[in-house]
Amino acid sequence: MQDFTQEFTIALGLIFTGDPELWAIVLLSLKVSVWAVFIAALIGMPLGAGLAVGRFPGRRALIVLINALMGLPPVVVGLLVYLMLSRSGPFGVLQLLYTPTAMIIAQVVLVTPIIAALTRQVVETLAVEYDEQLRSLGVSRLSSVPVLLWDGRMALMTALLAGFGRAIAEVGAVIIVGGNINHVTRVMTTTIALETSKGNLALALALGAVLIALAVSVTGAVSVLSLRGERQGLGHA
Amino acid sequence: MRDFSVMTDHPILSVRGLSIARDGKALLGVDHLDLDGPGPTIILGPNGAGKSLLLRCLHGLITPDRGTVTQGGQTLTDQVRAGQAMVFQRPVLLRRSVAGNLDFVLRRRGLSRAARKTECEGLLAQGGLEDKARQSARSLSGGEAQRLAILRALACKPSVLFLDEPTSALDPQATQEIEQMVLRASDQGLRVVMVTHDIGQARRLARDVVMMHGGRVVEQGLAAQMFAAPENGMIRRFLSGGLMV
Repeated sequence: MQDFTQEFTIALGLIFTGDPELWAIVLLSLKVSVWAVFIAALIGMPLGAGLAVGRFPGRRALIVLINALMGLPPVVVGLLVYLMLSRSGPFGVLQLLYTPTAMIIAQVVLVTPIIAALTRQVVETLAVEYDEQLRSLGVSRLSSVPVLLWDGRMALMTALLAGFGRAIAEVGAVIIVGGNINHVTRVMTTTIALETSKGNLALALALGAVLIALAVSVTGAVSVLSLRGERQGLGHA
Repeated sequence: MRDFSVMTDHPILSVRGLSIARDGKALLGVDHLDLDGPGPTIILGPNGAGKSLLLRCLHGLITPDRGTVTQGGQTLTDQVRAGQAMVFQRPVLLRRSVAGNLDFVLRRRGLSRAARKTECEGLLAQGGLEDKARQSARSLSGGEAQRLAILRALACKPSVLFLDEPTSALDPQATQEIEQMVLRASDQGLRVVMVTHDIGQARRLARDVVMMHGGRVVEQGLAAQMFAAPENGMIRRFLSGGLMV
C-alpha cells in the first residue's frame, strides 16, 4: 500500500513538474486522436447525412453495416491496417507502418462508423422535422445536407466527442500499427500498458490521471455547450 | 409581387381531376377548382375534410395520384413553385436566431449582404420582432414564432402565400396579430390561400370561400354570398354552429 502511495506521489510530481517525457506522450496522443477525429468527421458527417436524406437501393443495408461497424474490434482493425501498410501490403510503398500516420489511419477506421452512425441519427430526426418546410422553401434533398448539419451542430458535437473518446482510449489498433516506439509512436494508452507490465507504475498512473482529466474536461465542455444550446433553443426538441 | 390577373387569362390556381387515395380510401377528390380574384381565399371545413391535403397539392408538396394543379396556366415546376410560399400549422423554425431564419431565405435569393440587412430589418419591423433579431428563433412564443414563419415566407417574395391553420394553437391576441399580417399582405397584392376550420376567422378574412367535406369541394363562392345564403344544407348547419359529420 505504501508503495502505491509513493508511486502516486511520484506520478503527481511528473505531472506538475512538467516532465518532458510524459507531456511529449500526451501531446502525441492528442495530435493523433484530434487528427483522426477531424478526418473521420470529414468522412463520417457527410456520409451519415447522405444516408439520412438520400433514397437509394441498399440504403437500409448500408445503415445496418455502419451501425455494425461501430463495434469493430480494435485489434482486428489494427491487423487489417497492418496488412495494408506492411512492406508486402498494397500500401507498403508509402512506408507508413510504425508512424503516427499509421495510428491516425487505424483510428480513422474505428471512429468514422461512430461519427457516421450518430450523424445519420441526428440528421434523420431533423430531416423529418424540417422536410416540408425545406421543400416549401425550394431546398432540394442534396442542398438540405449543410442546413441539417449546421442546425444539428449541438447534437453532432456529442458525436464528435464519442469519436474522440473512442480514439484517445484506443490501445489494440495503435499498438499493432504504431509499434509503441519510444519518442515516435508511444501514446498514453500504449505507454500505460507497457509501463504497467514493466512495473513502472508512476508514469502509468500519471498518464492515467491525464487521460481521465482529458476525458472529463472534454465531456464537461460539451455538456456545457449542449446546455447553453438547449437554453438558446438550438438543441433537439 | 407578380399580378397574375394582369399577366394571364388563366386562373391563378387551377385544379383538374385531382385525387389521392391511401389503402383504398379516397382522401381527396377535387374534379374542378379555380381560384381567381384577389383573395384571400379561405378553405373551410371540419377536421379531416382534406383542406390541408389540398393545400399541399396546390403547393406541390404532395404529388396526387391523378390530376393536375396549375398556377397561371403553368404546371408546378420548381420555377413556378419558387413563386409560392407556405406557412404551416406548427411553425418549423431553423435552429438559428430570428434574423438568421430570415437571412437563410434572403441568401437563397442571392441578395448582397447590405440588401439582406436592409430587407431583414424591414421584415422584422413589419412583424414587430425588431427587438428580437438576435434572439434564438426557438425561444419565441407561439404567436411570435408564427409571425416569424410568415415573415420568412414573405421574404421569399412569393406571388401566392398558402397558410395552413396558422392560428389554430394561438390565443386571441396572437390570432389577431396574424390575421392583421395576412390582411396587410393581401392588400399589398399577395394572393393568400388559407385553411381554417374556424368560421369566425373565415368571416373576418375571406373574400371567397372553398367549402370542403369528406375530401371534396362541396361549395365555392364569394364569402359574403356564401355566409348570407349557403346553398348546401350541410354548410348551413356548419355555419350556424352545428356539427358537420
